[in-house]
Amino acid sequence: MSDYRIKGETGEWEVVIGLEVHAQVTSNAKLFSGAATAFGAEPNTQVSLVDAAMPGMLPVPNRECIRQAVRTGMAIEAEINKWSRFDRKNYFYADLPQGYQISQLYHPLVGEGSLMIEEDEKAGIPEPKRIGIERIHVEQDAGKLMHDQHPTMSYVDLNRSGVALMEIVSRPDMRSPAEAGAYVRKLRSILRYVGSCDGNMEEGSMRADVNVSVRKPGDEFGTRTETKNVNSVRFVMAVIEGEAKRQVELIESGGTVVQETRLYDPDRNETRSMRSKEDAHDYRYFPDPDLLPLELDDAFLAECRDSLPELPDAKRARYLGEGISAYNADVLTAEVESALWFDTLLETGAKSVAAANWVTSELFGALNRLGKSFGDCPVTPAQAGELLGLVADGTISGTIAKQVFEKMLESGDGAAAIVDREGLKQTSDTGAIEAEIARVLAANEDKVAQYKGGKEALFGFFVGQTMKAMQGKANPQVVNELLKKALG
Amino acid sequence: MTDLTNLTVAQIRDGHRAGDFSAVEVAEAFNANVAGAKALNAFIVETPDHAIAAAKAADADRAAGTLKPLSGVPIGMKDLFATNGVQTTAASHMLEGFVPRYESTVSQKLWDAGCGMLGKLNLDQFAMGSSNETSYFGNVISPWKRNDGGNAALAPGGSSGGSSSAIAARLCPAATGTDTGGSIRQPAAFTGISGIKPTYGRCSRWGIVAFASSLDQAGPMARDVKDCAIMLENMAGFDPKDATSLNMSVPNWEAALSSDLKGKKVGIPKEYRLEGIDPEIDAMWDAGIAMLKDAGAKVVEISLPHTKYALPTYYIIAPAEASSNLARYDGVRYGLRDLPEKAGLQDMYAATRADGFGPEVKRRIMIGTYVLSAGFYDAYYTQAQKVRTLIARDFEQAFASCDVILAPTAPSAAFGLGEKMADPLAMYLNDVFAVPASLAGLPAMSVPAALNREGLPLGLQIIGKAFDEQGVLNAGLAIEERAGFTARAEKWW
Repeated sequence: MSDYRIKGETGEWEVVIGLEVHAQVTSNAKLFSGAATAFGAEPNTQVSLVDAAMPGMLPVPNRECIRQAVRTGMAIEAEINKWSRFDRKNYFYADLPQGYQISQLYHPLVGEGSLMIEEDEKAGIPEPKRIGIERIHVEQDAGKLMHDQHPTMSYVDLNRSGVALMEIVSRPDMRSPAEAGAYVRKLRSILRYVGSCDGNMEEGSMRADVNVSVRKPGDEFGTRTETKNVNSVRFVMAVIEGEAKRQVELIESGGTVVQETRLYDPDRNETRSMRSKEDAHDYRYFPDPDLLPLELDDAFLAECRDSLPELPDAKRARYLGEGISAYNADVLTAEVESALWFDTLLETGAKSVAAANWVTSELFGALNRLGKSFGDCPVTPAQAGELLGLVADGTISGTIAKQVFEKMLESGDGAAAIVDREGLKQTSDTGAIEAEIARVLAANEDKVAQYKGGKEALFGFFVGQTMKAMQGKANPQVVNELLKKALG
Repeated sequence: MTDLTNLTVAQIRDGHRAGDFSAVEVAEAFNANVAGAKALNAFIVETPDHAIAAAKAADADRAAGTLKPLSGVPIGMKDLFATNGVQTTAASHMLEGFVPRYESTVSQKLWDAGCGMLGKLNLDQFAMGSSNETSYFGNVISPWKRNDGGNAALAPGGSSGGSSSAIAARLCPAATGTDTGGSIRQPAAFTGISGIKPTYGRCSRWGIVAFASSLDQAGPMARDVKDCAIMLENMAGFDPKDATSLNMSVPNWEAALSSDLKGKKVGIPKEYRLEGIDPEIDAMWDAGIAMLKDAGAKVVEISLPHTKYALPTYYIIAPAEASSNLARYDGVRYGLRDLPEKAGLQDMYAATRADGFGPEVKRRIMIGTYVLSAGFYDAYYTQAQKVRTLIARDFEQAFASCDVILAPTAPSAAFGLGEKMADPLAMYLNDVFAVPASLAGLPAMSVPAALNREGLPLGLQIIGKAFDEQGVLNAGLAIEERAGFTARAEKWW
């Protein structure tokens, strides 16, 4: 249970949140036409006769878009409707060439499903929580108006017109901005694992309509508002926080929340009313007579299911089973690229726990520093496996491994070659180590006396001095043993 | 020398193949007839050059031994089919001057088969009408006159009235039509020619300006049944660009034509005996029954109990779909744009659509918008869909006891222009026998059967099982052979 509360003058208020996430389907072609879908192309260069709604043009469903939506539904363990249908949502706008959007109101492709958000004590999510997903339907995106091209006219870019979207509608199951943030992140992660959406919120491939209402804990749901087209996790959380406060203040000052559509202004971090329910469109939904109902056969569904990768929850469970810490498992599985990179590393024979520690600390640190990602990672999993192998078999110490990694990043050479070239091999030569220990103890007679007098903390000092004298190449375990012997 | 414009499609095809005449001679003869028939207003655009170019290609193909199925046959194209480089208007001001850069599937198939285009044929605006009086380019006039000595201009039927008038007047041997609720059959009946609406999905809708998507179906209009079969073979076929297209091979309808109906049963729907109908219509129907019996068929009475709901059902579903299909004509991308001084987007929409659509189109958009509105949707649209299912089931059950159904095509002969324009309901009643087959998606054709006492043609309608165009054509042929309909309009234009 979330204990997130808005403190008002009349007591504490609970926030109820539902999200409708629009995710652009990864596909080379649009939902009902063969036109391309690349982001950032010159205006009106990715427009077919169908997308421009020329007279007599007809939509034909793109199988790949349907397949991706079905796979997404399977990934959230949802019911897949073998019979679904497209409806027309009728309204006039300059970015909507047909004068209607082809969507699915009455019979969506994907029915009831859910996803888990993980516990996050710091964020006020004390335990994992299942968030219900009511449905996923597929629909066409609209074009885009450009208002900065002409002093008195607006221009229309139809590149996005007809691109396939999945509308993923959650249940009103979230109770805090943190839960909503975790939901969007988890959903994005699943979409990216499945490969059905690139999850790129800056480019608009994923955006959320945020439904917020407030109530006294235990009361019925309050009236909700819907803030449209919010395009980052941070903004989703900000919208909820601000909108919940606004509603509480409104109610407590004697007003009532009206069901309305609102817009978020990130610059001012506030929402403002766009239109109320009274002047909402009557969309006159009806089944699109240009399209037959969509019927999916078992072979198609089986192919969809078989093509699903291991999903974040399963991967995380597997990592935990291999002894990897919950924190590391979360970090590694959050993004599909890091998880796949890590899995490839494990395939080289790297030990799970050591590899997880190394990736989450050393590799993540290096990528951060270099401003790189797993997409353009400067070392391959095979190279990392070689490095970790050298640590595991005692060839180099963990300390030396850090140096070797730095040199790998600089030179692009392999770990073993660097160790050989630089003579960084760890030594377990007791003679050489004993000689250095003798020198260190002789040079620090006062500390030896203190140690023997009971100041055992000085042991670390002797280890450090010995390692330094050995230029880090001594096997730390051997140093420990020999020092203990030498100090009696 | 024979007047080449008196030849049928089959005669032109075969005569050209045999070397009796050149395709260019045929095209020139029809071009001359078209040019001399402005008074009929059958064409919105004449394309004599297109016809001549195709004819030259046909003659060259003949010389090279590479004749195509319809080489040398010039036809008329209803101006609802998009034709690449040739203005396509749907007889509307909205699309006046609109020149597509694409070709409809059906017209492309005809060009590929060797046809040439004589011109774009006039029609009711966006195919909405039964008399051709809703065309923005003026109404088509039927070549037929009543024999009462008067000179009243008659309706050629609608919406394919340019097609029917042009064929009846020998301006073209055949033409394309489209039929949403009778738009091929009723004009064929009014002008003494034949026309078939095939099973929904036989002909691709791609590139045809949409009226009501779930009903719209292209089909041929010609002087006789055989020509309809030939034309339909070259218009039909699966099209991956139309999601409602039938994925079935196209039968060789012409080769399988047979007027021997032994072993066939013809259903006579009792609900089509309308009270107060012109007795001449019933008499013609009875004559048709006798003709089919003579051809060997057995006649059985059948019942289509939901017939009386067909017209209201049609006038809910068709406008509902039209109201949405016509939303794309908004002045933004192509066609008419009316941008008053200081107009915003909404003003532009309003001005453009007020100016670009005629009264009948507006009426149907309003009806359609109304029946889809929140609060009315279930009472009208949902209810109409249910009734549509019942009407289709009526036919299914009836076809358990018969092979084809015989009925009148229209409740009257051609009426005078202006006689029904003031009363939309009276106009809609013209479709009473035509819409049930449209709602059920069934193949149906009209063949000329008789002249009434005013000397005007009457048509009989044959409705068949889904995909059984052959059964429809065969019954049509049996009537054609026995009716001996040879009357033609006397040239006055």
